[in-house]
Amino acid sequence: MARRSSFRGADRFIGLLTPLVLLGIWEAAARTGLIDARFFPAPSSIVHQFGALIANGELGDNLMASLRRLALGMLVGGVPALFLGLAMGISRPLRAAIDPLISATYPIPKSAILPLVLLIFGLGEMSKVVMVALGAFYPILINTVMGVANIDKIYLDVGHNFRASRWQVFRTIALPGALPSIMAGIKLAMGMGLILIAISEMVAASDGIGYMIWNAWQVLTVDTMYVGLLVIALLGFIFSVILDEVERLLIPWKGNKA
Amino acid sequence: MAVVSRLNAQPKPTAVPAPMQISLRGVRKYFGASGFVAVDGVDIDIPQGQFFVIVGPSGCGKTTLLRMLAGLEGLSEGTMTINRTDPSRPENSMVFQGDSLFPWMTVFDNAAYGLRMRGVPETDVRESVQLWLERIGLWRFRDRFPSQLSGGMRQRVSIVRAFANDPEILLMDEPFSALDEQNKMVLHEELLRIWEASKKTVVFITHSVDEAVTLGDRIMVMTANPGREKAMIDVPFPRPRNVLELRHQPAYGDLVFNIWEQLREEVQRARANAEGDK
Ligand SMILES: Nc1ncnc2c1ncn2[C@@H]1O[C@H](COP(=O)(O)OP(=O)(O)OP(=O)(O)O)[C@@H](O)[C@H]1O
Ligand SMILES: [Mg+2]
Repeated sequence: MARRSSFRGADRFIGLLTPLVLLGIWEAAARTGLIDARFFPAPSSIVHQFGALIANGELGDNLMASLRRLALGMLVGGVPALFLGLAMGISRPLRAAIDPLISATYPIPKSAILPLVLLIFGLGEMSKVVMVALGAFYPILINTVMGVANIDKIYLDVGHNFRASRWQVFRTIALPGALPSIMAGIKLAMGMGLILIAISEMVAASDGIGYMIWNAWQVLTVDTMYVGLLVIALLGFIFSVILDEVERLLIPWKGNKA
Repeated sequence: MAVVSRLNAQPKPTAVPAPMQISLRGVRKYFGASGFVAVDGVDIDIPQGQFFVIVGPSGCGKTTLLRMLAGLEGLSEGTMTINRTDPSRPENSMVFQGDSLFPWMTVFDNAAYGLRMRGVPETDVRESVQLWLERIGLWRFRDRFPSQLSGGMRQRVSIVRAFANDPEILLMDEPFSALDEQNKMVLHEELLRIWEASKKTVVFITHSVDEAVTLGDRIMVMTANPGREKAMIDVPFPRPRNVLELRHQPAYGDLVFNIWEQLREEVQRARANAEGDK
């Protein structure tokens, strides 16, 4: 076990090293005028701006606004997707009834629905939450259905042979059997949520990280734009670390071969 | 027209020969719209406590027959009667062909599955699972997941899962086919030991004639598809059996040879069928 976790540590270290080296090269290039600092400001000036935006509270406010929408959207989209997905995975008729609907609406790019969502939900908080919810809904639903439906039939036979009730089959076989696939869906949903919150805040918000980036473009404070990008990248990284950790806790039987 | 009766224990008249635990009459199984015949009229009587072995070429309907006994598959035709001696215990538990342990449960939880599903109090579950895991030498691996075990250990856990449930009838579908010879030999001895202590009725499927003769009281050889009874052979060796010594006896070799001859015809027929399909 100890060996494994130190391997994980090494992986993470290498993962951090690569961007640091690239940043160093970038800094040098910007300072020597090799690249145009108006478009590619030196990392040090971005960091400086980062500090300033934290100090004046702007970054914190925008970050909180985005996180709130993201969290609400993930809940509003993800929880129904999970339950509907489990139900569809278990019940073949339900799957037959709803599958065509999902297949037909899934390929529509969520960003293309934004104007419609704005029309229906207005410019308030609701439209942003709905956008994230839409983005979270599909991957979680589809992965949950697949996860349950693809459970090896032999496990269900074992359940029946040992006289497990419907609820017991659900709890001891369907749910844990589908969990790896569900987690994969949640990860996809999280990435989708980040994309959609950025886009919808750019178009229709007066706060949030997306708004901050868009506004920076309009007033040409390029440093702030980079800070916004950096924050989104960091969010993506932090979420994936957290979700990996959650996965390790929820699915201990995966990937810890002795 | 198919009839399945799972009868509860009758008040026992004294001095009557052991009742049949399992009776099959004219059991047939068709699959799908094409009416593919998998099992074609099987009559068997298995007395309580017998170790009954089925051998036959691949695809002859052994698993199908066992699944019908387990209630996982319906009969297309015929009657199946299962006489219960103790309705408080589960009727049957199956050791499935191939890997069937839940990957998401530890060895302990897998072994405890049947007991927990029927609501046995947790202290009794613990006691019984510990007993069985100790008996088969896996107690110290109780917290491992199946992915952390060898194939032979996994197979032993699925056997424990069935035994710990304490059913009247054990249905075992090629439980050792994936194992190497040494492991097989050890597990044969283990299985005989725990079976001789429990005296459960066993229906055991195998491809191996050696295994059939080593373990069984009676052996049914099945025909190639569609599966029927080809021969029914009594195994005369006394119990308790010592696996190694048994194989040393001339009578053992004769019996194996005899069964092989019956089987060879059917395996050749199965191959001829397959050629015909091309
Ligand atoms: N659910 C099913 N639907 C259609 N055909 C089936 C089904 N289950 C089994 N069969 C067919 O019935 C025949 C008997 O299958 P079965 O699994 O009982 O064979 P088997 O004797 O156990 O073979 P093996 O020794 O290879 O395990 C095979 O031809 C198989 O293709
Ligand atoms: Mg089989």
